[in-house]
Amino acid sequence: MADGQVAELLLRRLEASDGGLDSAELAAELGMEHQAVVGAVKSLQALGEVIEAELRSTKHWELTAEGEEIAREGSHEARVFRSIPPEGLAQSELMRLPSGKVGFSKAMSNKWIRVDKSAADGPRVFRVVDSMEDEVQRRLQLVRGGQAEKLGEKERSELRKRKLLAEVTLKTYWVSKGSAFSTSISKQETELSPEMISSGHLHPLLKVRSQFRQIFLEMGFTEMPTDNFIESSFWNFDALFQPQQHPARDQHDTFFLRDPAEALQLPMDYVQRVKRTHSQGGYGSQGYKYNWKLDEARKNLLRTHTTSASARALYRLAQKKPFTPVKYFSIDRVFRNETLDATHLAEFHQIEGVVADHGLTLGHLMGVLREFFTKLGITQLRFKPAYNPYTEPSMEVFSYHQGLKKWVEVGNSGVFRPEMLLPMGLPENVSVIAWGLSLERPTMIKYGINNIRELVGHKVNLQMVYDSPLCRLDAEPRPPPTQEAA
Amino acid sequence: MPTVSVKRDLLFQALGRTYTDEEFDELCFEFGLELDEITSEKEIISKEQGNVKAAGASDVVLYKIDVPANRYDLLCLEGLVRGLQVFKERIKAPVYKRVMPDGKIQKLIITEETAKIRPFAVAAVLRNIKFTKDRYDSFIELQEKLHQNICRKRALVAIGTHDLDTLSGPFTYTAKRPSDIKFKPLNKTKEYTACELMNIYKTDNHLKHYLHIIENKPLYPVIYDSNGVVLSMPPIINGDHSRITVNTRNIFIECTGTDFTKAKIVLDIIVTMFSEYCENQFTVEAAEVVFPNGKSHTFPELAYRKEMVRADLINKKVGIRETPENLAKLLTRMYLKSEVIGDGNQIEIEIPPTRADIIHACDIVEDAAIAYGYNNIQMTLPKTYTIANQFPLNKLTELLRHDMAAAGFTEALTFALVARTTLLPGLLKTIAANRKMPLPLKLFEISDIVIKDSNTDVGAKNYRHLCAVYYNKNPGFEIIHGLLDRIMQLLDVPPGEDKGGYVIKASEGPAFFPGRCAEIFARGQSVGKLGVLHPDVITKFELTMPCSSLEINVGPFL
Repeated sequence: MADGQVAELLLRRLEASDGGLDSAELAAELGMEHQAVVGAVKSLQALGEVIEAELRSTKHWELTAEGEEIAREGSHEARVFRSIPPEGLAQSELMRLPSGKVGFSKAMSNKWIRVDKSAADGPRVFRVVDSMEDEVQRRLQLVRGGQAEKLGEKERSELRKRKLLAEVTLKTYWVSKGSAFSTSISKQETELSPEMISSGHLHPLLKVRSQFRQIFLEMGFTEMPTDNFIESSFWNFDALFQPQQHPARDQHDTFFLRDPAEALQLPMDYVQRVKRTHSQGGYGSQGYKYNWKLDEARKNLLRTHTTSASARALYRLAQKKPFTPVKYFSIDRVFRNETLDATHLAEFHQIEGVVADHGLTLGHLMGVLREFFTKLGITQLRFKPAYNPYTEPSMEVFSYHQGLKKWVEVGNSGVFRPEMLLPMGLPENVSVIAWGLSLERPTMIKYGINNIRELVGHKVNLQMVYDSPLCRLDAEPRPPPTQEAA
Repeated sequence: MPTVSVKRDLLFQALGRTYTDEEFDELCFEFGLELDEITSEKEIISKEQGNVKAAGASDVVLYKIDVPANRYDLLCLEGLVRGLQVFKERIKAPVYKRVMPDGKIQKLIITEETAKIRPFAVAAVLRNIKFTKDRYDSFIELQEKLHQNICRKRALVAIGTHDLDTLSGPFTYTAKRPSDIKFKPLNKTKEYTACELMNIYKTDNHLKHYLHIIENKPLYPVIYDSNGVVLSMPPIINGDHSRITVNTRNIFIECTGTDFTKAKIVLDIIVTMFSEYCENQFTVEAAEVVFPNGKSHTFPELAYRKEMVRADLINKKVGIRETPENLAKLLTRMYLKSEVIGDGNQIEIEIPPTRADIIHACDIVEDAAIAYGYNNIQMTLPKTYTIANQFPLNKLTELLRHDMAAAGFTEALTFALVARTTLLPGLLKTIAANRKMPLPLKLFEISDIVIKDSNTDVGAKNYRHLCAVYYNKNPGFEIIHGLLDRIMQLLDVPPGEDKGGYVIKASEGPAFFPGRCAEIFARGQSVGKLGVLHPDVITKFELTMPCSSLEINVGPFL
């Protein structure tokens, strides 16, 4: 029986027992070596508080090998006595019997036999009594039956002197239930070893990025190229119908570039249509009615959103005839001249989703958002009217936060304005719905990080990176540890 | 998003009912506003300056309400109340009328000197107005909100409001040399020249932000009345002579600026909001502005525009099925008086002067959707069928990241803001911030760097770089070299110069220790460098151990 099985048996017996059990008794009951039970006790002790084991030593009498033989077959003297026939036996012959020597003298002193030295062919041994009681065998059988106490001290010491009996000390365990008693044994993991952590680790924010990419791909969205941090004001603002006096275009909000300060090439046909839409209107719009300047559009900046990349992608789409519906996404860095605090840095990652098709409705936008957020594990959604310069209608997305017990904003969305889409050359009945959110915010919530500097940048603690768990956005967050009852 | 602060009780009184905070929050949400904070003057002062200063302050409850940036008509209590009352169908939207005065029309003459600095001006008169302390405060506050938002901190438009009874028209809007402008400004006891004022205001916490608009111009804008009294020196300060008070009955309003459209909008907003308190409610007395070319215009415009939108277009854009009559009703609740005309599918919508944000049918569609209730719209999934594709560079990056971690390197994420040309400094800074961690430190990052490139439209181009560093008691060149071999193995690039393989050749670089630097060639081109960092580099990053690094451009391996 394997070690584990014995331990399990022991635990089950212990559970049923009243107070505890003795290892030796258990071994006797199970019919196995005591040592096997002791092994199981020791391995259970190593688990901590599962059992308590108290060492006890008991003395008891045990037969020696010779004693066992006698208990079984009778004492030497008895065997000698039984081997003598009524006509007697030659002494020399008797001495050759296995019990001869010892048995002869004992039987002599017991007066069970006599020697006739006058016989013709040498001394001859005869029985004196017809029968006898083999007291030694009886006593040894008592001891073997566990009734050594029925013998007197003198009798026991006599048997011991004859090396038929020995006193042995037995170490047993008194096993009782420990404070962490359980019948199912769970072996504690060992400590983290240097070998285990010498492997590499992925950054938590980028683990979340991978999950968002995965979600978009699952939903059939194609990834847009966003590998241009430097963008012209034209693609970042003008193409999105964001007027040139818009506060976002202020030095205070945007990082403009000194070198290269200006975009060298712009698609001039398209630029003319954008200019006209801003300054005079068109495509059913009143326009903003101001003096639109090309110089302003040429100014290079660090892109303030990835919507500039979406604008480029939609412009490319518009050049392909006939129009084919698309679903696009991107996740990449954007830069804003923000007031820095615990949740704001001058750069962050923007997540953006875009769907372009004939006849898309606000209901479609909400439906796509519901599916997207469901994949994030967010199911309670609410939509609030909002204003964005390049979407109309616009809606902020709120979700109910169980921890804060209130609705919190989780994203922004809308339908791109016709003043943005039509100058690109997209067909009039094509609508483009879009939504965006930051990557950092859901990551901070996911990993319970309060200060963004603990997540992004060179000051992060690598231990945090080493220790961060997998990112499973739709899995329930671990419940907070509950206070243990006193 | 601008925040408007209103007294709760005053708001409820104007709305004709009270709400719990939760009820009002709900109403705001539905209408596209946000009840941002519930506070009091006392609380605000105590938060900003401590309890002692707040001792005497008012503890009247204030609601701070976030208003969408394009809804200038909701920037004061008057506008908020009107918007909400119409939304809840408790009142009909008032009709704003421009009226000619009984006597002579007020005239503002623009001279050509303004052309180079601040060419536009508009004006209007609020006649027989009745202020209270709260109304007066709201009037001042609205001007401030407009200045901060649509006026873009007075750069596009600046507002001046004056007690007309202290002045005598016609008025002249001109531009003069600063030394030639002298007047007693608001809240001062004596006269100063414009030069002096600009100096004084350099230390004024409020006004110093506007000085740059005219500071370096040879001529400053200024408005006089017929007696030479200075009304204002826009966009900086008004004259003290014509200052308005709670008791002012007739107000002359001028807006000067560089954006004519916005100046007209600002004027319309002020007069529509506050004509409520005029003896003839919602009427505004016209003023005439004469432009340098001699042409006369009458302001405020208070233009009502008619738009025609088909009901099925609204239904199709929102994803609902409402009758044209219901849609017209919904729009009317949004301050856009609408009725069904023509074939019964056309809706005629009247855009009032307060709704300058309505510039396209899509703006009308949004208002219909808001009135319908965003959260009442049935969610559906578009039938758009598409096959997803990854951006190849990102796909390769994702694959590489995982195998870099499998090779024992930990991923860092450092800032790109400086539009860096190499990833190495970010990783060295990360090590410097983690010197307490057990050695060795093995880090990598795969991210974009930016290089000037006149062949691209913006003159710069991103490159996807992979950088790895090994930091330990020994330089570990063999580890970094081994990593390179592993990366090449992953990219299926064989060693050797043939068949598009890779080799390293002794090289040098300012960051590397001489004789411990190699250039990496793969697929027939240089893709990066590896080596042991120069001690100067290591110490500059406040590091104390040797360090080896590798940085390659991932692009060629696509």
